[in-house]
Amino acid sequence: MFSDPDVQQFIFGRLTWEAIPYHDPILLMTFVAVALGGIALLGAVTYFGKWGYLWNEWFTSVDHKKIGIMYGILAIVMLLRGFADAIMMLTQKAIAFGPNEGYLPPHHFDQVFTAHGVIMIFFFAMPLVTAVMNFVMPLQIGARDVAFPFLNNFSFWMTAGGAAITMLSLFVGEFARTGWLAYPPLSGAAYSPGVGVDYYIWGLQVAGVGTTLSGINLIATIVKMRAPGMTMMKLPVFTWTTLCTNILIVAAFPVLTATLTLLTLDRYVGTHFFTNDLGGNPMMYINLIWIWGHPEVYILILPAFGIFSEVVSTFCGKRLFGYASMVYATVVITILSYLVWLHHFFTMGSGASVNAFFGITTMIISIPTGAKIFNWLFTMYRGRIRYEVPMLWTIGFMVTFVIGGMTGVLLAVPPADFVLHNGLFLIAHFHNVIIGGVVFGLMAGINYWWPKAFGYKLDHFWGATSFWFWLTGFYFTFMPMYVLGLMGVTRRLNHFDDPSLQIWFMISTFGACLIALGIATFIIQMVVSFMRRHELRDVTGDPWQGRTLEWSTSSPPPDYNFAFTPVIHDLDAWWDMKRRGHSRPTEGYRPIHMPKNTSTGIFLSGLSTVLAFALIWYIWWLAAASFIGLLVVAIAHTFNYKRDFYIPAEEVMRSENRRNQALAAE
Amino acid sequence: MTAHPGTADTAAKIVPQDVPAHASAGGTEAPVFYETKEHHAESSTMLGFWIYLMSDALIFAVLFATYGVLGRNYAAGPSPADLFDLPLIALNTALLLFSSITYGVAMLEVEKRRMGLTLFWLGVTGLFGLGFLGIELYEFHHLIEQGAGPQRSAFLSAFFALVGTHGLHVTFGIIWLVTLMFQLPKRGFIPENRRRLLCLGMFWHFLDVIWIGVFTFVYLMGVLLA
Amino acid sequence: MSAQSERQNTVEHHDTDDHDDAGAHHGSFKDYLIGFFLSAVLTAIPFWIVIYDVFRNPMVGAVVILIFAFVQIVVHMVYFLHLNSKSEGGWTVLALIFTSILVVITLAGSLWVMSHLDANMMPMSPAHMRSMP
Repeated sequence: MFSDPDVQQFIFGRLTWEAIPYHDPILLMTFVAVALGGIALLGAVTYFGKWGYLWNEWFTSVDHKKIGIMYGILAIVMLLRGFADAIMMLTQKAIAFGPNEGYLPPHHFDQVFTAHGVIMIFFFAMPLVTAVMNFVMPLQIGARDVAFPFLNNFSFWMTAGGAAITMLSLFVGEFARTGWLAYPPLSGAAYSPGVGVDYYIWGLQVAGVGTTLSGINLIATIVKMRAPGMTMMKLPVFTWTTLCTNILIVAAFPVLTATLTLLTLDRYVGTHFFTNDLGGNPMMYINLIWIWGHPEVYILILPAFGIFSEVVSTFCGKRLFGYASMVYATVVITILSYLVWLHHFFTMGSGASVNAFFGITTMIISIPTGAKIFNWLFTMYRGRIRYEVPMLWTIGFMVTFVIGGMTGVLLAVPPADFVLHNGLFLIAHFHNVIIGGVVFGLMAGINYWWPKAFGYKLDHFWGATSFWFWLTGFYFTFMPMYVLGLMGVTRRLNHFDDPSLQIWFMISTFGACLIALGIATFIIQMVVSFMRRHELRDVTGDPWQGRTLEWSTSSPPPDYNFAFTPVIHDLDAWWDMKRRGHSRPTEGYRPIHMPKNTSTGIFLSGLSTVLAFALIWYIWWLAAASFIGLLVVAIAHTFNYKRDFYIPAEEVMRSENRRNQALAAE
Repeated sequence: MTAHPGTADTAAKIVPQDVPAHASAGGTEAPVFYETKEHHAESSTMLGFWIYLMSDALIFAVLFATYGVLGRNYAAGPSPADLFDLPLIALNTALLLFSSITYGVAMLEVEKRRMGLTLFWLGVTGLFGLGFLGIELYEFHHLIEQGAGPQRSAFLSAFFALVGTHGLHVTFGIIWLVTLMFQLPKRGFIPENRRRLLCLGMFWHFLDVIWIGVFTFVYLMGVLLA
Repeated sequence: MSAQSERQNTVEHHDTDDHDDAGAHHGSFKDYLIGFFLSAVLTAIPFWIVIYDVFRNPMVGAVVILIFAFVQIVVHMVYFLHLNSKSEGGWTVLALIFTSILVVITLAGSLWVMSHLDANMMPMSPAHMRSMP
């Protein structure tokens, strides 16, 4: 295109036609499918004239409920990508024995397992956890929005920007081939000179900004915006776990940011933090990344614990057993999660004293977790259990998670870890707790709060089907991996010589197909429920006989959540209100002070994404331009002082009267 | 398809019955469950900003830890005793300290709602900040010229990362300060602007605290123990 | 839900949140002066210790200047950041304590872990070998 290679390099950096993987049939097919799907989606939105609606009502919205739903959509889309990676890996492992090389060459296989890990943790689990926290928590504490509504919108778009960067690596260039934590020296410039690790770094950095800010936001919301009377020991358990999770986010993600920045400097500037020469120490990276990495595990699981607590007490019709112990257990886990990071690298060679310390702290952390399991069991004891879909997920969790927890305690024994380290036993363990804990929890949460978000319940049959596919699929997939791990099979291999192992991998792949059916039936469940929404409609706003404040408002809640701020006298505030005969005021509405929508967040995130792309491809002029753009937009935003408005009292009255009439018609 | 264990029939029969003993002690009159007055939550900005500073502190913690671990890895290159010019660092520290007290004076002028003097002291603060940055840039330039750039050894990588990150924070602080010096005369001492000044003040003093760690841990202990 | 942007009854700014910064405490001029004086002294002494090699044993000097740094950080927190246990219902102090614990864990933990690792490493060079115990 340009005769002068210098000019071309100035304009495009190291981006050339070679970066487009048109010679790879798998990627080409994927690209065609994604492109067709994308064109169909954009065409449909244009055809139905919904761009203005999407922009005004969703993309620029600062409403925590809508932002929560957008986080959820992002997470489920990314789940499909992450799961496609998983099933590709497993089919490769099931067929690649002896002379059969399988269909994924090493350089592709390595990208697939890296992308699987990164996407599942950062762009599926994290956004979905944030989705639930964002949607539910302000409703549970009787607030009208989060503390910083604009920041919330900005956080979402930064997460989406990070996801976009990661997805882009599929079609432009490559992704990291280093595993999901990109250990140096493999991830250093010497051994990974391509763009893969840069995609990894900048995808996570952009998303990390969003995650940290969202953490600050939700902490401030819980601390400052609780309804009158809601003391800390009257907080719903889910809100407690949200608080602790966000404390962990705010305390852990800066560590990730800093560590990745140092790796970036090694790659871009030529410093020697984690190199093999000139005094660098790659082990320092591993030490630092796990100071973030272990709290991250609890960032994911604590909200799931909160969801299970809400679900158990609601569907057993009982107050949660041991509320105070549940709170203390959560707080103890929050602090202890900072004292166990070394158990991820017992084999590094820090010696017996260090390993013993971290082994013991790791075992101690199972005590508060075990206390929680007993609390849920005792809540169920003599309860009137209703086996609705959220409760199914909860019981599935309790059985599965205990198994995962016990294998975790096995791994916490340093000598045992020397045998099992980096083996499939470890893979089986952490999928056991992440699927059995986090995913089951999120599925329970989706089924539980869906009626609150959309005004109709999810279909029971398809929900139960999805649950059983997931549960059996999980056991078929990961139990063989425990066996393989004990036999000494290590992770991240794309080819095996010993044919006696093959049967275990085939069982595992069969299990993954069952999970695929679980995901498919989950999507069918959402579609079927949407089609049958008039039958499944919930007018009361309280379809499950709920106990906490989110069930006291309509489904879906109005923009302002509560026309009158509730006053809290007891734990399980809504249950208390129902029991002692509250009556909703039907007059005396007042104008409600609300934040205004803004498109600044989407612009800042778009510029950050462009900046990241420019840095990945060494397009320095674009990097400079987008960075200056970021500064200008951010500063211009601070000159806008008109950030709020009042919903007039008449409008509040109209919307509340609609609800009163609907309730009366029930 | 609807024959699942039931929402409709069984659920309706469930009435709240787990009455805790202490809850009914309040007598028969129904308590107030809704606040009919406008509920005005106080601003969360100061707390939110404080939490942000805490997260920033952890970024610095990582950089300090990296310096602590790698700070002796000279790779046969220069050590702190060869490189650091302590009187210059003392001057730099003094500038930052002066900028802190002038910011404090500016905040006292805000209390008295005196625009001119507020802007004057903010300007002085910004100049001290610029002086600090100038000396730091001079120091960096000098080091790199001597062949002691961040690529020389892990010690120098860690040094430049830690001190540079602090300097970057000061830079953004100055950009913020200048922005506020435009916004203040334009809008006056409205609550938003006062809140922003308080936040910037916290940021500025926070950078002082980090600098105490830097000059002690990096410069003084570096020279002392090299 | 009609578009929020349609509702234009915006208020410029409302004076009701005049109590916004009630949570933060402004120091008096005296506070700033005390803080400035203390921190000037607390800065000068460590520099003096190091520049004039006051302690014969550098480890003693290191411990002393670390103590000075700690005291100076507290002085800055109290006199410049106006930290006290009452502001924001105690949450700021709580956050600070929690963060301090994590900073200590990160620093001390990394140093401990990595120094043990170094001690257990095989010597990588003859020079290194000679310095081994």
